[in-house]
Amino acid sequence: MLEYTDKIKEIAHRLLKECKVDMVIGFRRGTVPMMNEPHFVTQPADVERLVWDSNCGINLATYLTDRKEKIAVVAKGCDTRNIVTHIIENKIKREQLYIIGVPCRGMIDRRRVASLVTGEIRQVEEDGDTLRVQGEGFESAFKKTDVLQENCAICTHRNPVLHDELVADPLDEQTNVDRYADVKRIEALPSEEKWNYFEDLFATCIRCYACRNACPLCYCPTCFVDESRPQWVGKSQDPTDTLTFHFLRAYHCAGRCTDCGACERACPMEIRIRQLTKKLEKDCWELFDWEAGLTLEKRPPLDAYRPNDPDDFIK
Amino acid sequence: MGIEPDRLHFSWVSSAEATKFIEVVTEVTDAVKALGPSKHFIKTEAKVA
Repeated sequence: MLEYTDKIKEIAHRLLKECKVDMVIGFRRGTVPMMNEPHFVTQPADVERLVWDSNCGINLATYLTDRKEKIAVVAKGCDTRNIVTHIIENKIKREQLYIIGVPCRGMIDRRRVASLVTGEIRQVEEDGDTLRVQGEGFESAFKKTDVLQENCAICTHRNPVLHDELVADPLDEQTNVDRYADVKRIEALPSEEKWNYFEDLFATCIRCYACRNACPLCYCPTCFVDESRPQWVGKSQDPTDTLTFHFLRAYHCAGRCTDCGACERACPMEIRIRQLTKKLEKDCWELFDWEAGLTLEKRPPLDAYRPNDPDDFIK
Repeated sequence: MGIEPDRLHFSWVSSAEATKFIEVVTEVTDAVKALGPSKHFIKTEAKVA
């Protein structure tokens, strides 16, 4: 990943020096291992802290909405799909962006790594496909492919769909993955079991809204859960309120979600929020032949009417 | 997400289609009555001691 980092630094330095952009958004090392954080660079001298490794799971498209300046952004496959969605939804203009595309081999699931060792992880180093984890009194190595985030393991759009410059040659896309194995399993359950499944899934939710805040799609100036006049949904941790929040948020993301995994990554309670968004992604694919963020030319399905839209459910 | 299929109905009725409206309402109420009261998504008021 070192070569990616060097290339990103070089591009960022060049863009800032030539005043092509006002700001570069990338990643820098976090204060704890496996937690890289966004890095906003405005001075050529600050590019040295930019970094790229398998802990760059945060979706940087989140930081682009309603910006006025010219921005260069480091973007993975999923990030670029969210940028496409932002452009379609007029949250930023294409001309304002310089997209530094990163062909992505997947991000690691820090919780899975932590669960495989005992004790606190002090240092994580990457060497090709090997991940070396060190802590007090232990040292282990894992294969990166074994500890990938779930959404990365089943990703079929690793290469940026929109970019001004790539940091490396495009990768081969994964084709032999079943994106919807778990969704199909839930679809097959009877109503009662389905309900119980979702109630259990969100039972531990503390309504911190970290999922919403990490999501590039959740840019409403006032979220429906924060609205008080009228108050659409209760603010308690009653299962009814919690489920209303999650169901509605998922529907707001229908046809827009790129399965970047930012919601699950941000969740402090390790709730598998993607169980909802993936079902809607599957529906959009089956009913409307649609995958979010692949083209600037077409409007998303919930935004456009076609006379042949499926309507079998209307009697 | 676990709502019984018979509990949720969609229909398109023009203001000129009174008979269709009656049919739809009858069908919906019969289907929902057959299912009985919903057990889910009901917020109970906090009990005051």
